[in-house]
Order: sequence, then structure tokens, then C-alpha cells
Amino acid sequence: MNLLVAGVSTLMLARWQFAITTVFHFLFVPLTIGLGLLVAIFQSAAYHTHDPAYDRATRFFGKLFLVNFAIGVVTGIVQEFQFGMDWSRYSVFVGNIFGAPLAIEGLLAFFMESTFLGVWIFGRGRVSDRVHLASIWLASIGTILSAAFIVAANSWMQHPVGYTIDPTTHQAVMTNFWAVMTNSTFLLAYFHVLTAAILTGAVFVLAVSAWHLRRAHDTAVFAKTIRVAIVVTVISALATMFLGDSQGKLEEVQQPMKMAAAEALYNTTNGASFSLLTIGDLSGNPIFQVRLPHLLSVLATNSWDGKVQGIHQLQAEATKKYGAGSYVPVIWLLYWTFRLMVGLGIAIFLLGGVGLWLMRRRRLERSTLFLRVATWMALAPFLANTFGWIFTEVGRQPWVVYGLLKTSNAVSLISTGYVVTSLVGFTAIYTLLAVVEIGLLIRMAQVPPAALPAADEPVPELIY
Amino acid sequence: MIASLSPSGLEQLWFTLIAVLWLGYFFLEGFDFGVGVLVPFVSADDLDRRVVINTIGPVWDGNEVWLITAGGATFAAFPAWYASVFSGFYLALFLVLASLIFRGMAFEMRHRRDDARWTRWWDRALFWGSALPALLWGVAFADFVHGVPITAGGAWTGNFFDLVKPYALLGGLATLSLFTLHGATYLGLKTEGEVRERARRAGQRLAPLTFVIVTGFLGWTDLSAHSMHHVGLVPPLLPILGVVVLAGVGWLVRDHLEGWAFVATALVIVALFTTLLLNLYPNVLVSSLHASDDLTIVQAASHRYTLEVMSWVALIFTPFVLVYQSWSYWIFRRRVRRPGAAPQPDDAVSTGA
Repeated sequence: MNLLVAGVSTLMLARWQFAITTVFHFLFVPLTIGLGLLVAIFQSAAYHTHDPAYDRATRFFGKLFLVNFAIGVVTGIVQEFQFGMDWSRYSVFVGNIFGAPLAIEGLLAFFMESTFLGVWIFGRGRVSDRVHLASIWLASIGTILSAAFIVAANSWMQHPVGYTIDPTTHQAVMTNFWAVMTNSTFLLAYFHVLTAAILTGAVFVLAVSAWHLRRAHDTAVFAKTIRVAIVVTVISALATMFLGDSQGKLEEVQQPMKMAAAEALYNTTNGASFSLLTIGDLSGNPIFQVRLPHLLSVLATNSWDGKVQGIHQLQAEATKKYGAGSYVPVIWLLYWTFRLMVGLGIAIFLLGGVGLWLMRRRRLERSTLFLRVATWMALAPFLANTFGWIFTEVGRQPWVVYGLLKTSNAVSLISTGYVVTSLVGFTAIYTLLAVVEIGLLIRMAQVPPAALPAADEPVPELIY
Repeated sequence: MIASLSPSGLEQLWFTLIAVLWLGYFFLEGFDFGVGVLVPFVSADDLDRRVVINTIGPVWDGNEVWLITAGGATFAAFPAWYASVFSGFYLALFLVLASLIFRGMAFEMRHRRDDARWTRWWDRALFWGSALPALLWGVAFADFVHGVPITAGGAWTGNFFDLVKPYALLGGLATLSLFTLHGATYLGLKTEGEVRERARRAGQRLAPLTFVIVTGFLGWTDLSAHSMHHVGLVPPLLPILGVVVLAGVGWLVRDHLEGWAFVATALVIVALFTTLLLNLYPNVLVSSLHASDDLTIVQAASHRYTLEVMSWVALIFTPFVLVYQSWSYWIFRRRVRRPGAAPQPDDAVSTGA
């Protein structure tokens, strides 16, 4: 009984710790991926056109990229370690399958990004321009690859494939690596995450460029970067929305409870309407709602009268299949995170569309309102990324591995005091890092690149 | 039951590969840690500090990936080892993680603002963030060998203080002193002028102290291996090799044989950790409660198919990693100097003699 009580509170604390450390880590990772790609694009442009504006753009955004990259690295080590620290029963259960992508991520992606980034930071003037350009591209490809393996691992938790359960050890054992790496959930989730990350980088460049353009700082640079950023924003926003929509349809088949909760759809319905706004009491009964007829069925199934399953029916089904217990995740959280993610995505897309229109009308630099809104829009992708992952992970509850292992059976059997210590410790460290990091990023983003050393100055002896 | 079976070839291979990853990590990040610890002792001003930090600037992050890959490979190949160690060494690992966070941030942050207080705080982060993991890794590896309170299957019954026994503490001091000495020999290779001279003096002072601690630790390891497990190193060729080479480091440093001194400290690191890991075999974690509760390679290992997939991936991609990581060291082979300092005759790194 004592152990049970300890287990429950350790579970709660371990979940909070995972949520805090993961959300924090993933604030910076998408920016690393997206900004890395844009810096590589700027440097390619500088290399091919010999336009000094692109060189200044590379250096300016490159510095911001590096400061952001560092925090992604150091918080990433925590991610790998805490599976074993807080979720040791999970680790034993999934290690055969989940461990492989993590190890391969290190070997294929992390070595590449860290080594070539080192060459890129310190190699200017020491290696040829061509090798220097190649090093930023290889680092960027490394970041893009790393996302693939970690999302493959996560997708296996969302939709386990290519495995069998060992009858003596009760561990999940891999039977088909190819199936794990071509999991339908993975392919959609990976490209959704990747396009969202590119979108994050693009909106960041857009926002910073807009801030400087409004003050007429180095317009030779920012008139160029804002145009690249707008084009990338529109393309990646469209791709993110399209992939997200496909994911929703796949989830309707693979994790219908997640989608039912996202829509607060309590009963199975043909031709279900889409809830624009629902306000319910604490037991989940709606008090007030605004609904668009048939839209949910169209979104979930591509058909006007398609059948969308409801929470009550899915709960009854799950009890029959897995035994007594609640299989309903936190509905209000899913309902709102889903709407906020989608809403912010659409807002970013609209901003990009307006930007494109202003570009064609040659009114971009003079449109103060657009530039002002664009600067504030910097926050939107970070929020949307966060809401998206909260939706995905909370929506899978009570499972940690869907249908195979419940989160409550995954937590380490360790003293609650340990988890309290690390929860408090990581929260304190991360809060401190956030203050320092965001303060520094904003400060550095406000120094116009004209103040940076010019391209033809000798290479400094010391970089750090 | 299964515990009595000896490890299959694949399982032995993966134990070896993980051992190699840890050896690579300690060889490479060993001097990173050492450099971090030595920054305040070999620098006269901020420019010196920057010179010292820049010697590892391009490579520290790639060196740390050895740890990430070792962790991932352990998770994949020996899930029960990963789960038991990481949950059992909970607070120690929390301290390691916190240290690595501050240390990693220090590299990228300290020069970003022209503010002495800002820089000083990051210098402290760099020092403690290097010293603490250098100590704690030794404690952890000593504990693997001498045993931690686990019951059958790797379930922990102890607390934090079961990890800090005299033998483990001596192990921690051994790695801390050895990594610092390794950092001093690395700085001898990568700096010039005053800093190089100070690194040499630091190495000369550290060498005898390190010799005493490491010899004590290896001696204890060897004696207890005989009495407790009857596995490992009989006759103790590796620890003897380590001690003999270590005895020479002081002379090599004194006589400016910088390349050889670095090779020597690297060899001692390899000898020390190989001794520990051989001693561990065929277990991955020794139980201090009962010998039959030791967690063995066979019990901890993943199934054959996972190990096969991982072997192919490692076989195909490891050569690329080794080639480009070595290439990056080649690119940055020059000594780091203070801005404006005239190049010296032996600018490129040679093996000394």
C-alpha cells in the first residue's frame, strides 16, 4: 500500500518533470532546425552571388542560430537520460525497439551536426569557402536527420508496429526494423514536425527582419531576408497544414479517442458537426457551443456523412478490450491545445499570405502594420509547437505505449524524494536558462548586422 | 536459469562496442574536462582564458556526442542495464546533467557580453561543470564494479549514500586527477608561450599526485577483483601498464615531450577504464547484496534481431564518423595563440621529440 502511494506521487512528479523538460527542450529544437536551414540558404546565396548583404545575413542569423543551438544540445542530454532515470520500467519494456533509433540518432545525426558545426564556427578563413558552405549544410542535414529518429521512436509509442511481446520477459521485442522506420504514423508525424520546424525558423527570420525594417536598419540585408522568410513561411505553413490534416484522418483510425476528445464529441455521430467553441462544466457536459454542421465528418473521414466515434462508445470499447479503468484523456486540454495549434497555424499562414501580397505590390517595407504584427507573430510557432506536442502526448494517455503499456506502469520504482529534487532542480535551472537565453537572443537580434565585422576583415584568432 | 548461460557473440560484441564508446568518451571529453578545470590555473588574464577555451572550442560538442551515443547504445543493446543504472544513480546523474548544462552553455555564452561579471559567472560554470562530472564518472564506474544494492533483475534497494563509499570516492578522485592531467598535456600541445609553460608546470605538479591516487585505485581494484569475483585481470597486465606509463608522464612533461605526454595520459585513461570494464564482465552491474543478484550481460541484453540491426548500422556508419571527426581535429591542428602574437617555429603540433 505504501509503495502504491509512493508510486502514484512519483508518477505525477515524473510526468510533470517530463512535460517541463520536454516542452522546454522543444522550444529551441524547431528553431535550430528551421534557422539552420535558412542560414545555410543565406550562405549559399552569398557564395553564388557574392552579394555582401547575404554574407551579413549569414553572420547575423548564424550568431542567433548558435546561441539557440547550444541550449538545444544541453537540454537534449537530459531527454535521453531521463527515460532511464524516471521511466526505468518503460525503458526495460521498450528498449529493444525504442533504444535503436536513439543510438542511431547519435551515430548518424548528432556526430554530424556537432562536428560540422564546429568546423563552421571555427573554420571561416581556415577552410575553403566551399568547405565552409558544405559544413553548414551538413550541420543542417544533421539536425533534420536527428528529428527523424526521435519522431520514429515517438511514433512507435503512438502506434506500435514491427514487434512482438516476449512471453517470458514481457518486453516488446523488435521483429521488423523496416516496419518501425516506415510506420504510417511516423511518416506523417515526421514531415509535420519538420515543416513546422522550418516554419518556426522562417517566422523567426521574418519577425526579426520586420523589426529592423521598421527602424530602417541595414535594409540591404533585411529586405532580402524578409522576402526569403515570407516565401518559406507560406510554403512550409501550407505543407504543415496539409500534413496535419492527413495526420488527423490517420489518428481517427489509430487513436480515435484522441480525436474524439479533441472535438469533445461524446457520442458516435454520422455527419458530425465541428465544434468551433464549447464551454462545458467540469464533468464534461457542454453548456454552450457553436458548431459547424458536417465539417468534422469531412475533416476526419473525407465524407459528408462519415461516422465519427464518440468518447462514451470508445470508453466502453476500451473497457471491454483492456479491462476496467478510464481510457479518456483530459478532454479540455486536448480540445483547447488542438484548437490553439490549428488556429495559430492558420494565423501564421495568413500573415505569410499578406506578406506575399505586399511583396508583389512592392509595399512590404512601407507597411508598418504588417511589420509590427510580423514581429509579434514570432511567438506563434513556439506556442503552436508546444500545443501540438501536448495534444499528441496527453491524447495518448492513459497509455505510454498505445494499447501495450500504461504510463502508471512505466515509472521507475524510486523514492519520491529523488524526483522532487530533480524536478525542482531542473525547473530552477531551466527558468534561469530561459531568462538568460531569451534576454541574450533579444539583445543580439537587435544589434544590426552593419555593426558586425565585414567579410574582408582578417579572421579573428579567438572565436569563443 | 538464463543467468548461467554465457553471453553470445553478438552480446559480447555489443558489450565491447559500448566499452569502446565509453573509452572514446573519456579519452576525448577527458581532456575537455581537464581544460575546463585548468582554465583558472593556467591563465593570467581574460585573453589567456579565451585561448585555453578555444583549444577545445571546435571539438567539445562532438566529443560529448560520444556520451549520447554510449547512452543510446546502452538503452538499445542492454535495456535493463540502462534502466537500472540510470534510475539507481539518479541523483548522481542529475548532478552530471546539471553540470553538463552549465558547462555547455558557458562555451557559447561567456564571450557574448562585454561584462566582467557575466564572464566570471560563466567561468565558474565552466570550472564546476567540468570538475564535477570528471569526479562523478569515476564514482559511477567504480560502483558498477564494486557493487550497488540491487536485487535480482536490477531493482534498486539502496539510496544515494550507497554510491559514495571509499572505493568509489577514490575512483572519482582518480578520474578527476587523471582527466586534469590529460587536459594539461593537451594544453601543452595546443597552446604556446606563457600558457603552454603554465600548462607544463601544472602537469608536472599534478603528475605525482595523480600517480599516487590512480595507483591506489588500480591496486584496490585488482586486489578486490581477486578476492571477490575471480574475474578480470589475472595477471594484472593492464593496470600495471597503466601505472608504469603514468609514472613516466612527469618526465615527459618536464622534458617538453608534449606529444608523448598526451599519448601517455590517453593510454592511462584507456588502461584504467578497460581494467574496470574487464573486471565487470560478464556482468554489467554487480550486486552488493548477493552475488547471484548480479545483473549479467545475458539478462540485460536485447534480443538477437535488435543487436543485428544495430550491428549493421554501426558497421556502415561508424567509419564515416571516425573519418570526419578526425578530419576536424586535423583542420584545427594549429596551436591557439593570443591575437597579435608572432607565430613560433614549432607552430604545427608535433609529437615533441
